[in-house]
Amino acid sequence: MYHYDEYDKQLVQQRADQFRDQVKRRLSGELPEEEFLPLRLRNGLYKQRYAYMLRVAIPYGLLASKQVRMLAHIAREYDKGFAHFTTRQNIQYNWPELEAVPDILDKLASVEMHAIQTSGNCIRNTTTDHLAGVAKDELEDPRPYCEIIRQWSTLHPEFDWLPRKFKIAVSSASDDRAAVHFHDIGLRLVKNAQGETGFQVLVGGGLGRTPVIGKEIKPFLEKRHLLSYLEAVLRIYNLQGRRDNAYKARIKILVNALGAEEFARLVEAEWQLIKDNGLELYEENIERVKAFFAAPAYDTLDDGDSLLNEKLSDNPLFATWYKHNTADHKQPGYRAAYISLKAPTSPAGDATDTQMDAIADLADRYSFGEVQSTHNQNLVLKDVKQAELYELWQALNTLKLATPNIGTLTDMIVCPGGTYCDLANAASIDVGQQINDKFDELDYIYDLGEVSIKISGCMNACGHHHIADIGILGVEKSGKEWYQITLGGSPGLDAAIGKRLGPSVEKARVADVIADIINNYVEQRAGDESFAEVYKRIGIDSFKERVYATH
Amino acid sequence: MQLIKDQQIINNEWQHGDEIGEIPAGKVTVSVVHWQAERDKLIARGNIGLRLAATDSLEDIKNDLGHFEIIAIDFEKFNDGRGFSLARLLRERYGYEGEIRAIGTFIRDQLYYMQRCGFNAFELAEGKDLQQALKAFTAFSVISQPDVHQKTAPAGPWR
Repeated sequence: MYHYDEYDKQLVQQRADQFRDQVKRRLSGELPEEEFLPLRLRNGLYKQRYAYMLRVAIPYGLLASKQVRMLAHIAREYDKGFAHFTTRQNIQYNWPELEAVPDILDKLASVEMHAIQTSGNCIRNTTTDHLAGVAKDELEDPRPYCEIIRQWSTLHPEFDWLPRKFKIAVSSASDDRAAVHFHDIGLRLVKNAQGETGFQVLVGGGLGRTPVIGKEIKPFLEKRHLLSYLEAVLRIYNLQGRRDNAYKARIKILVNALGAEEFARLVEAEWQLIKDNGLELYEENIERVKAFFAAPAYDTLDDGDSLLNEKLSDNPLFATWYKHNTADHKQPGYRAAYISLKAPTSPAGDATDTQMDAIADLADRYSFGEVQSTHNQNLVLKDVKQAELYELWQALNTLKLATPNIGTLTDMIVCPGGTYCDLANAASIDVGQQINDKFDELDYIYDLGEVSIKISGCMNACGHHHIADIGILGVEKSGKEWYQITLGGSPGLDAAIGKRLGPSVEKARVADVIADIINNYVEQRAGDESFAEVYKRIGIDSFKERVYATH
Repeated sequence: MQLIKDQQIINNEWQHGDEIGEIPAGKVTVSVVHWQAERDKLIARGNIGLRLAATDSLEDIKNDLGHFEIIAIDFEKFNDGRGFSLARLLRERYGYEGEIRAIGTFIRDQLYYMQRCGFNAFELAEGKDLQQALKAFTAFSVISQPDVHQKTAPAGPWR
């Protein structure tokens, strides 16, 4: 993985020092809250319902074991012994004291981490495929480009005060696991007719209160021009994006207002003027960053390890975990192993300090010391020998990190919701719990196959409810929590925004309604049709009738 | 009133705020609308600077830049980043070499970014400690993307 050089170290430490001074000025009253607010946001510090919340950046979700240990230490010393992994592959702490945040940032800097630009109207953490580097279906490892974008976007002098936040995702696989159609800029590594690899550029995707599928504005961008092209997009957005209404300020609104073609034309014209001005990425620049992501020292092995096969046939519980929580690997003899942060009894994405310490040890023992976070709020050990999967599973089991539910109905994305968040209209975690209680039969869940449930506590859609098979959105009606259900969303290359099922339902009934929807699917499916396939075939009406007729 | 220019504290010689037809004596910045309405008269008067709002288009005045000793970019709100792009374009695209001054509402913590975009003068709000504000310029000693001063950034992927 990438390691800081002297430049990175200085920059991150100086940023921490700068924030220490800003906090001091705030506490002395010299800096009014109004001016402190955007400064703290740019250092990941929000004010939540009860306390501050600190969001720490995990660039493209990649962590070294020593960083995981530091995250555990921070959870223990400065929080209540746990932290929450987010849909931007970041991690957040719910209870830090303002006075302690400079110390936390110093500690993060000591392990090459920071909270820079994890919030505020600036360029946020670049995300990617959580199987990047090991996925069988990828064209090229996207992480070097994410790192290049991280460096370019860090303290960018021109783009720190955008109309609104700005999110970039990079994906390289034939199966899009980074939701590139739902980012302000989505980049896909693709091959052109000449066989060269470059980027397809999508803009103006996003969720929030106006969900929009990103539109292609450049089918093929040479790697050399990646940064100048991004700079052109950002400049057009910075100058022309709306600033009169925060809800209409994202780039998607500008792209829709101008039309993708006109937006593309403006970007192209701007880009032509700056593409040879010093931001070019030459082969050697790319190679230098790529070297950090070179494959680890794999043993030469074959697939179908005999010890693995023996354990798989002896131990059905292990076999179940293997089936659901491990993924194919491009290196023979290895698999990627998911660490499920979706145990039925704890909030999605949460990990305790003890769990994080243990995960760091397991990463050192089994996966070259690296841990990957996913946008679905799980973790992955990417490089596990097939022969060691059984041992790993046993260890994860003891830690309650082996719930065999990846990709199933209980692998839900759940935002912090009203339990923590000041913006929320309704609780999310409670509803997740309700669904977990209702669907507690693993065999039944396996029978349902892949079905995604995503829960947001408000219109801001942090829980990605628009792009779930079943989306749940918390709304407030006369002081009570109600939930709107959407069906048929998809984050992948078949990008789709979920459709509203009908009137919102009261909190106590959410799990029952989900059960109605699921039952309807089970009755309607032919053979091994997935939920998404059935929905596409029969449409929303049959689900609507089922839900609203029975209640 | 004092301001920061080229990282020094100096006395301000310029006034802003004008109505068409009524210009105070001395060095004055005028709006784009004013400039376009009374261009010849203002050229004859001399001592004229231009004052840009975030919404102004540089294309409209690009051929007149040689007439202005200073261009003031007016920040209506400190979180409006358009002025950052305007300054950068003035320097990099339109070759403007005179003073670019930030006026209006902005905060000392932005100065570092502003100077990288080409601002070299800063009229901070009345009552702000300019000596303290000078510290903003030395907050960072490394950059990770090119700017108007440094075309090949040492700390970037292209290093």
